[in-house]
Order: sequence, then structure tokens, then C-alpha cells
Amino acid sequence: MSQHYPTLLVTVPLLAAFIISAAGWINKRLCFPFAVATLTVAAYSCVGLLFRVLHEGVVHYRLGGWPPPWGIAYYVDQLNGLVLSVISVSALINLIASKRSIEREFPEKIGPFYTLYVLFVTGMLGITVTGDAFNLYVLLEIGSLTGYALIAMGDKDRAPLASLNYLYMGTIGACFYLLGVGYLYIVTGSLNMVDIASILPGLYQSKAVMTAFIICMVGMWIKMAFFPLHGWLPNAYTFAPSASSSLIAPLMTKVMIYVMIRFILTVFTPKFAFSTLAVSDSVVWLAVIAIVMGAIFALAQRDLKKMLTYIIVAEVGYMVGGAWLGNRAGMTGAILHIVNDALMTLCAFLVVGNIVYKVKGYSFEDLKGLFSKMPFTMGAFVIGALSIIGVPPTCGFFSKWYLISGAIQASHYGFVVALLFSSLVNVVLFFRIIEIGYYEPFGDHHGHDHHPEPMAEAPLSMLVPLFIVAAGLVLVGLYTGDIVNHIIQFVIPKGLL
Amino acid sequence: MLAVLVSLLVTPILVSSRASNVREGWTFVAATAKFLIVLSMLPTILKGTEIVYTVVEFLPGAAIKFRVDALGMLFAIVSSSLWIVTSAYSIGYMRGLKEHSQTRYFCFFAFALSSTIGVAFSANLLTLYLFYEMLSLATYPLVTHHQDLEARSSGRKYLLYIMGTSIGLALPAMLICYNLAGTLEFSKQGFLAGTASKPLLGLLLFMLIFGFAKAAIMPLHAWLPAAMVAPTPVSALLHAVAVVKVGVFSVVRVLTGVFGTNLLLSLDFSPFIIFVASVTILVGSFIALTQDNLKRLLAFSTIAQLSYIVLGVGLLSPKGMIGGIVHIAMHAFGKITLFFCAGAIFVATGKKNISEMIGIGRRMPVTMAAFFIAALSITGVPPCGGFLSKWYLVLGSLEAHQIAILVVLLFSSLLNACYFMPIVYKAFFCRPEEAMFKNTVQEAPLFCVVPLVVTALISIILLFYPQPFFRLASMMVHSITGT
Repeated sequence: MSQHYPTLLVTVPLLAAFIISAAGWINKRLCFPFAVATLTVAAYSCVGLLFRVLHEGVVHYRLGGWPPPWGIAYYVDQLNGLVLSVISVSALINLIASKRSIEREFPEKIGPFYTLYVLFVTGMLGITVTGDAFNLYVLLEIGSLTGYALIAMGDKDRAPLASLNYLYMGTIGACFYLLGVGYLYIVTGSLNMVDIASILPGLYQSKAVMTAFIICMVGMWIKMAFFPLHGWLPNAYTFAPSASSSLIAPLMTKVMIYVMIRFILTVFTPKFAFSTLAVSDSVVWLAVIAIVMGAIFALAQRDLKKMLTYIIVAEVGYMVGGAWLGNRAGMTGAILHIVNDALMTLCAFLVVGNIVYKVKGYSFEDLKGLFSKMPFTMGAFVIGALSIIGVPPTCGFFSKWYLISGAIQASHYGFVVALLFSSLVNVVLFFRIIEIGYYEPFGDHHGHDHHPEPMAEAPLSMLVPLFIVAAGLVLVGLYTGDIVNHIIQFVIPKGLL
Repeated sequence: MLAVLVSLLVTPILVSSRASNVREGWTFVAATAKFLIVLSMLPTILKGTEIVYTVVEFLPGAAIKFRVDALGMLFAIVSSSLWIVTSAYSIGYMRGLKEHSQTRYFCFFAFALSSTIGVAFSANLLTLYLFYEMLSLATYPLVTHHQDLEARSSGRKYLLYIMGTSIGLALPAMLICYNLAGTLEFSKQGFLAGTASKPLLGLLLFMLIFGFAKAAIMPLHAWLPAAMVAPTPVSALLHAVAVVKVGVFSVVRVLTGVFGTNLLLSLDFSPFIIFVASVTILVGSFIALTQDNLKRLLAFSTIAQLSYIVLGVGLLSPKGMIGGIVHIAMHAFGKITLFFCAGAIFVATGKKNISEMIGIGRRMPVTMAAFFIAALSITGVPPCGGFLSKWYLVLGSLEAHQIAILVVLLFSSLLNACYFMPIVYKAFFCRPEEAMFKNTVQEAPLFCVVPLVVTALISIILLFYPQPFFRLASMMVHSITGT
């Protein structure tokens, strides 16, 4: 059984999606248990796979026993295992947390929603596990198309337009990627990543290979909302239903970062990406702009959810910049930040979900008095905020530590300043929210007769998952050393200092 | 290492207990337990051994790690003993004024104390930074306890200064240090020697000294007077003892453990530190002269006194360092008494301004007597403990051949007397028709008065029995200088 984990974690959710869809016709209440069971199996196989990789090293798996380059082959290394675990676990947690809000927001569409949900997770897991560049495109489209649908189910007036905009941009991005893969296929005659990697070394001076690399990168940047290609993200994530935004926001961008790192490290070589092309410095400067602009746009927002979406834009800048610094510390920081940012974003969006569930709004006006109304949700929010700001011992601090370290080693002080600037802006952003929730509405002078609003906390089924994520932020922070020493260290090639 | 955890563990109990007596009972249990744990380590430390405990190592040379040494011990004793006293005082104050959200208050108080002890026992810059940030965040709800507009603007200022500098200056400096030296572990002669050029080291020193803005070195002092909107026990413990002393303690650690005295001497950075500290002492004292709000006056006095400690260590002479380090303790006991008195006056009469306190001594003799003693201690006059630390500072300045510093110290003492003595004088000596208080005004509740009497008495006792603190301070200095 355990040797089939790599394929189970894609095929099980894929088939289950159809079963859930069918179950929705019979009885809507069947959908949720089915979806939970599916994602539990997926999460179990992902974590199991991660442990197997940790003990045995890289796992090779041939679908149907066909040898590459003709058959579909999976090479699962530590990086795959790590990202897979993050995806499946956070999708599972979010599924449980958002049951109530799904039932409230669109009771008539429960069946389709869970189907799309599971299909989306299938796409994300597939992208991460596959070792085939074209396969990756197919799974990317599965993930994206379901993503568009999940987003369009939100706000009746604005979500469809936001989703359409995302669809246009996302399709362009995917086309770019496909075009790049096409070039690679023309040059190498192969679509298997490891196979391509073995053929490419003699061809690095070829214009076609360089073009392929750059086009692929641009496609990924659109998909991950790297500034200035981020235009689709804020509206899409803001107007999506709570359950979709807390699913898509933590995963989609992070998975694309993973693909980018996979291309740099495995399909191509770091030497090619950072030295031969000689664009890494410019990309890091682009990341600097992304971070600064993300922070500034976030400052300009007047509602919580949209503010968070711009923070994601800035965080994408962190990871792209870290990966392109071209040294070990920066790459470690970027990979670590995939995990951390997924958890942080999940935490923040789950909080938004709880707030929307109780208050039915997420503009700054709606947040007044929340600390007395929903103390537990806001407690988790503070932990998430601290992690995004980068306060130890939460995990956000440690990835920022590696990123800044990498920037110092690369003597890229613009990136150092951008990271610090973004941390400071995050302090302002989050304490502005905390101030609104904590002080307003103002009582009389000393607050002696301040009658706080009675507590109206979200149901336990939403709070417990939120607390698990919040605790995870601290635990991942404390175990950073282990994650780096046992997982990330093996991912980065030895040549990269 | 339980010392850090005890007060952290008690927080959930505090949250769960609804009855106020139970809650405060647990606070006392935690405070006493913490103090006893700290004391139980004292004999080991006095023997010269250090206790080391690593929690988790996430980078070589940068772990979350505790090490108890003489300097940390001294600071831990001061802050954990004063937590007990302050808890008693808090009960009197908070109940006397019927404040809201008392549970939150006691929780974050416990949390803040955990972080303080964490700072005291940090073995490296990273752990210190971690607890330093935890302390900033734990004290934010305490400072802004009243939740009104004034509290919000002060809270903003507090965060802006404290977190702005720690993220903007201390964090990058720490990272640069790590990249230069490959370690962040405090060591006897620092770990930066021979790693970088003089301008870079100068920049790092600048970033680290100002990065720990809790030390309130000018021009980064403005948060401290603003933070006086907090309830008085918070001001007392956190803004005379824990928070500001954590800042100074961090600066002392940076000077001794990161740079090391030999490096500072060879690079001739001492004048810079001395200059900054002297300016802060003088300007702080002058501003204190102009204040009418008693708590603000005390805040500016604190700013000036903190720089005594920085000055003492910055002199880099053994006696100066001993004086500076002992001043952590002496100033803590004196200043906390003064804050307790200000709070007691507020509880009993509702007055905050000095000009409205004429004749107060006749109605609240015990409080004002304690105020007088503490003021003497801060000024540095016998029979109070403050005299000893100032004495050593003066000796240290002579030892370092800094006559200008001697003048600064003596002139500042004069200024201290100028702003404290009129308050005491007006409190007791006035014509009956001048007195502003009716006979109905009485001493504050017993929970308020007893703690301030205790701390005032300790200030006196410290003159005659200062050995524990001096032993610790000189152990610290000897371990550095090797004599």
C-alpha cells in the first residue's frame, strides 16, 4: 500500500470527486463526510510519503509500470513531500473549519462545492507530485478551472467578474507555461523533468532553451501573482466565499512558488538560472518592488480581507526574491516560507471566515469591539499577525531570518531593506486592526462603565481548526531547525553555497 | 529553567478562574514560586558555576538557550521579588479604583514577567530578542488598559518606538553579527572581536544600542512618558523595573557579551556611549524639573537614571561597571516606591498633579515618608541604597579619568534633589489654609500602603546589606576583566 502513496494521493481525490458529485444528488449531507474521508486519505498518504522520503531518500514511482520518458513517472523528494503535506493538511483543516459557513452561504450548492473543493486539492497535489512537465500543465488547469468556479460562487455582484478576470490572466499564464514546455520539448524531445534535466546541460547556450526558461518563469509569475502581474489576485480572493478564499489563498501561490523552485533546481540548474542568464539580480529587484508595493497597497485598504490579499502579494515577493538570491540561505528561506506562509495565510483567512460567519462583514467598520465579542478568534488572529510581522517564536520570524541572512550574504541590501520595511508596515497594518477591535467603540473616560458587548464566538467546529493552525505557527517555528536539517538541506544541490 | 515557565503556566489558570480571590491567589503562588526558584539558583551562581539549558537549536550558534550568570541573576532577583510586592499593590490599586478587565490585566502581567526573566537568563542575542519582543507585546495591553483615545495614541507611540527600533535596527544588526561571527552566543569578551572593520562595528554598536529602545536613551525616550497612561502598578513594575531595565540590561549585554570591553576599549567607542548617556542624564533631569504631572516627572527621572547604568558600563572601568550594574537594583527599589506612592495618592485622592498635592503629607504621612526615603535613594544620599551605586559610579569615573563625567554625576544629583525635594517639602510644610485636603482624606487601602513601605525599607536596608548585589556585580565584572 505504502509504495502506492504517490499515485493514491492524486487518484483517490480525483475519483472521490465524482462520487461526491453523485452523492450530492442523493443526499447533500453525504458530501461532507465523503470529502473529509477523501482528504484524510490524501493527507495520510502525503505525510506517510514525507516520512518515507525522510527515511529512504528519493522515492521513484512509475505509473502503470511504464518506464520514462514514455510513461508517467513520479520522483518524490523531500521538497515534494514537504509541500504535499502542507497542501493536504491545510486543505483538510480548512474543510472541517468551513463546513458551517458553506452550509450558510450556499445551502443549495453543497454538492458541487465539495466536488470542486476536492478537485482543486487534486490539482494542487498533482502539480506537486508529478515529475512530468506536461502533466503539470494539465493538473495546473484542473486546479485553476476549479479555482475559478470556487471563486465565482462568492459575492453575487462582484465575484463573477473577479473570477472572469482571474480566468483571463490565469489562462494567459498557463499558456505561457505551456509554450515554454513546448520549446523544451522541441529542443530535448522529452517532457519528463529528470529526462529533460539530463539532456539540457549541453544546450544551455541555446537561445531556445533560454527562451523556454524565461517564458515558463513568466507564466508561473502570472499564476503566483508576482507584482506587477498580480492584478487578478486581490479581487478574486476578496470576493470569493470564505471557504474558497481560505482554501485557495494559502495554496495556489505557494504551489506556484514550488513549481518555480522545482524548475530552477531540478529541471534546469541553479548555475544556469543564476549565472548563465545573469538576470537574478533584476528578479530580486522586481521582488523588492513587489514587497514594497504590496505593503503600500495593503496600507491603502479599508477592509480586512483585501488587506490580506495585498499582504500575499508582498509575501510572494519574499519567496521569489529569496529563491533568486542565488544562495543557500535565501533558497532555504524561500522554501521555509512556502510552509510558513501557507500556514499564516490559512490562519488569517480562517479568522476572516469566523468573523464573516458571526458579523457578516469584513470591512474595518465591522471589526469594532471584536476583542470582547470574539476573544478566541482574535487571539488566534494576533498569533497569525505576529507570524506575518515576524516576531519570534512564530514561524514567520525564522523564514524571514533566512531570507535576510541570504540577502546579506548576497550583499543585496535592497532586499534587506524591503523585508524590514514590509515587517514594519505589517506592524502598522495589524495593529491598526487590533486597535479597532480593541478600543472601539470608545467607552467613557476610564472605561469604568465600559460595557463590552456580550461574547458571540464562532462555533467550536470553526474555532478548533483555527487553534490547531495557530498552534502550528508556533510549533513549526520551534521546529525550524529540524525542518531545515532534515528536509530542506537535502533539496538544495550541494553546489549552491 | 522553570523560572521562566512558572508564570507562563499560571496564565491559563488565571483565565479560567472567575472569582477574583482565586485569581489573585494564583498570582501570588506563581510570584512566590518564581522568586524561590530564582533564589534556589543563587548559591550555585555565587560559587561561580553557570547553569545552561538549551531548549531548541535552529541554527548552529543561534539556539533558544538559557544561561544563568551573575548579571542575569541580579536582574532576575530584582524583578521577581518586586513582582510579589507589585501583585499585592495591584490588588489594592485595581480594586480601589474598580478597574475593568482585571483578569486580562493579571494574565498579561504574568506573561510580561515571564518574558523579563527570559531576557535575564538569555544565553544569546536571539533568545534575548525573542523575549524582548514578547515583553513588548505582553505589555501593550497593560499600557493601553483604559482602552480610551489617550491610551490608543500612547499605545501607538509605544509600539512605534519599541517595535520600530527592534525590527528596524536590532534585528538587522543581529543578522549582520550572525553573518560576521557565525554565532550569537554571549561570551566574556564578546564574539565580534576581529570580525569586521571599525566603521562597521561602530554602525552595529549604534544599531544595537538604539535598537533596544526600551533603554530610553535619548532621542528614543518619548515612549516612556507616553506610556504613563497605564495603571500605576504597571508603570511601577514595568516602567521603572521590568521593561526599561530589560532595555538597559540588553544594552549592557550588548556592550559586555557581544562587543566585549577589550574591543570597545581598543576601538575607542567608550566616549560615544558616555556622551549619549550623559546627554540623556542631563536633559532628562532638566525636563523632569518642568513636569507637574507626578507620573510624568517620575518617567523623566527614570530616563535619566537609566542612563546612569549605561554610563557606568560605558566607562569600561571595573568600579564604574559595578556601580552601573548595582544601580539596576538600587534604582528599581527606589523608583518602584515612588510610583507606588504616586498611585496611592491617586487612589486616595484622585490627584495626579504635583501642584494639587500641597499638604498631602499631613493626610498620608506614611506614603509621603516612603516617598521621601525613595527620593533620597534616587538622589543618592545616605541612608539609602542609591548612595552606594552612585558612589561606585563616581569612583569609576575617577578611575577612567573622566572628570567631566564626575561633574555630570554630581550636577545630576543636584537636579534630582531639585525636583524631588519641593514635592516632599510642600507635602508636609504648609500653612493650614494652604493645605488642599480635607480631614476626610485618608491613607490608601492597606494593600497599597504595605508594599510601598516594604520597598522603601528595602531601599534603606540595601545601604547596610548590599552584599548580594555587589557580590553578583563584581563576579560579573571579574569574569570579564579576569582579575
